[in-house]
Amino acid sequence: MSQLLPILIFPLLGALFNGFVAMRQSQGKGFVGKSLTSIVACLMPALAFLFSLKVFFSLLAHPEITQISAAGLMEWMRAGTLLVNFGFVVDHQSALMLLVITGVGSLIHLYSTGYMHEDEAYARYMAYLNLFLFFMLILVMGDSLPVMFIGWEGVGLCSYLLIGFWFTDADKAKAGKKAFVVNRVGDLAFLTAMFLIFVTLSKDATEASELLSFASLRTNAEALKPAAGLITLCLFLGATGKSAQIPLYVWLPDAMAGPTPVSALIHAATMVTAGIFMIAKLSFLFVMAPAVMHLIATIGLATALMAALIGLTQYDIKKVLAYSTVSQLGFMFLALGVGGFNAAMFHVMTHAFFKACLFLGAGSVIHGMHHEQDIRRMGGLWHRMPTTAVTFLLATLAISGFPLTAGFFSKDEILYLVYASDLSKLYYGLAVLTAGITAFYMMRLFAYAFLGASRAAHPEHIHESPRVMTVPLIILAGFSLVGGFMGVPHVLGHSLGIENWLAHWLASLGQVTPHEVAGPLQEGALMVISTVWALSCSAAAYFIYRNKLNAAANLKVRLAPLYRLITNKFYIDEIYDALIIKPVKRVSDLVLYRNIDVRLIDGLAVNGVGAVTRLLGNGFSLFQSGVVGHYLFYFLIGLCLFLGYMVMG
Amino acid sequence: MITIHHYLILSALLFCLGLVGLVVRKNLLIMFMCLEVLLNAVNLTLIALARYFRVMDGQVVAFFVMAVAAVEAAIGLGILINVFRTRQSVKTTDLTALQG
Repeated sequence: MSQLLPILIFPLLGALFNGFVAMRQSQGKGFVGKSLTSIVACLMPALAFLFSLKVFFSLLAHPEITQISAAGLMEWMRAGTLLVNFGFVVDHQSALMLLVITGVGSLIHLYSTGYMHEDEAYARYMAYLNLFLFFMLILVMGDSLPVMFIGWEGVGLCSYLLIGFWFTDADKAKAGKKAFVVNRVGDLAFLTAMFLIFVTLSKDATEASELLSFASLRTNAEALKPAAGLITLCLFLGATGKSAQIPLYVWLPDAMAGPTPVSALIHAATMVTAGIFMIAKLSFLFVMAPAVMHLIATIGLATALMAALIGLTQYDIKKVLAYSTVSQLGFMFLALGVGGFNAAMFHVMTHAFFKACLFLGAGSVIHGMHHEQDIRRMGGLWHRMPTTAVTFLLATLAISGFPLTAGFFSKDEILYLVYASDLSKLYYGLAVLTAGITAFYMMRLFAYAFLGASRAAHPEHIHESPRVMTVPLIILAGFSLVGGFMGVPHVLGHSLGIENWLAHWLASLGQVTPHEVAGPLQEGALMVISTVWALSCSAAAYFIYRNKLNAAANLKVRLAPLYRLITNKFYIDEIYDALIIKPVKRVSDLVLYRNIDVRLIDGLAVNGVGAVTRLLGNGFSLFQSGVVGHYLFYFLIGLCLFLGYMVMG
Repeated sequence: MITIHHYLILSALLFCLGLVGLVVRKNLLIMFMCLEVLLNAVNLTLIALARYFRVMDGQVVAFFVMAVAAVEAAIGLGILINVFRTRQSVKTTDLTALQG
């Protein structure tokens, strides 16, 4: 217990302190300087990271302990057979997430002190960021679905606050609102899943017990089997909201309105992987519903492919990365769908490293170019921002699957699992195609921004970012390079003598045994094919976008209809607007507002009660003539009636 | 022979007279006098019945009523004079500040 609580408490303290400072500042009262805010904001996640390391190493040192728990800290709610306690538990999977969240989180806090230094609401920003870390830690440490849901909602709140951080800009405020509303749809499904689980389990329950804790779910998995399809479908729908999958992915590209470190931390490395974390944690439920698993794989692949295609045509450096994130999340869902729960977690981790590095690199570029985000006005940054350029290149190679980088191992494992699963080979083909497109658009982004001649208006003003921003970049780039070695696939590991540590560590998640176990030769061949394909895509992009931008423009003209479709994001936003938003607005306006609200509630209920009261009052006030004689007369009548009643009755 | 019935009928008549006067008259002074008639009608009943039943309680109560009536008259007339001083009228139709 004493081991787990500090991890949570430190970020909360940071949030409270900085929130207090921000409140004082908004009242125009200086309280503390920026430096103290920075120190608190960075120290708290760092301390949480230290305690996470401690927890991780104590789990590592004692293989016989599968989890460290602080259960039943306090009763939360009790009603009938429902009992929910506040409690936290860290198992192997959560321990990994703790390291990623606090580790990458600390780096991003450090980076933010440079990136956000000029901002007026610096303390408010840091307070939100600390608060986000707190809720994210609750999400991964909660020992029951409701406690996890606190974190789930909390990170949604912080995401909303940080996307709309510059809320004086109406578009940015709108983007925050969009993220919030779209996430609510997923949250509703999550809640429904909890209700379904409770209804199913409470049928045989006689007394209150913690039915919704993960331990109980695990022991009662058999009882949940009949309802597993519906429950997992709802859980998956919840995950599509938080993890930006079709049909609820639309909020993530707009979420780029927030400050860039926020995009790196929340919308790439941590929060958006919550859905994958949740599904992997509840893998024992999902394996009971093969149809839902199939759906997850299909949705994941479709999202990965679609987002990758959109990523090809974007010119905003952050938008490319946003679609890339959606696409990579799709890959993770594909892995979940074929039963590779630890492969998905592996990709979550490697993705956290290289995508955080890419976003922070983009932030560094934006910072160095004075808030320029359009890659058409960049170019030639290689010489002006060497550190950023090199780290960006390393992360680009990692996400493209360059051999021995982090992305190579994790993506290759997913592709292999898809091949070995009983899904049709079309899935594998499309997944490999998507991996190639990923390599292409990432190299396009890199070449566009960093190579060739500068297209900026004032290239001489471009400067490299300060040390506090480049150090996190270097560290993350390092992890992007070597982070894959914790999950070396069997075919390579066997010959190199490295075992797949991650698969061993996450063994409790379970894995669906591949339908068709491919031999080492086949596995190696697949690896070579996908690597060569990805690298050739990467090389093609390099040669086109380094200095032959005309060729790209020609291609654009030749494929104009297709290009228009993709660059308009397949018109998904427009379709949603026409199918959902406009009808909802119409119904709200015509039925709910004009009839229900104005006529029924305002007209009949509120004003009606007032009118009746006034009418009665006017009537009765006629009796109040003010003349004493009249009152006496009423009194007399009353007296007569009373006496009459006494005598007669 | 004057029986108890005569006393009671007289007091009932007096009481009704007082009530009617109280309701129909508009002058507060007259209404005040009607109030006195009401009280004395009750007094008459009390004394008549006390004598009829040969118990003293009724007579004692009658004295109390007289005392209270005297006090009430003193206060009521005081109020009446003040009302007249401020409003130049003691008619109830002129004193309708409490109209709803």
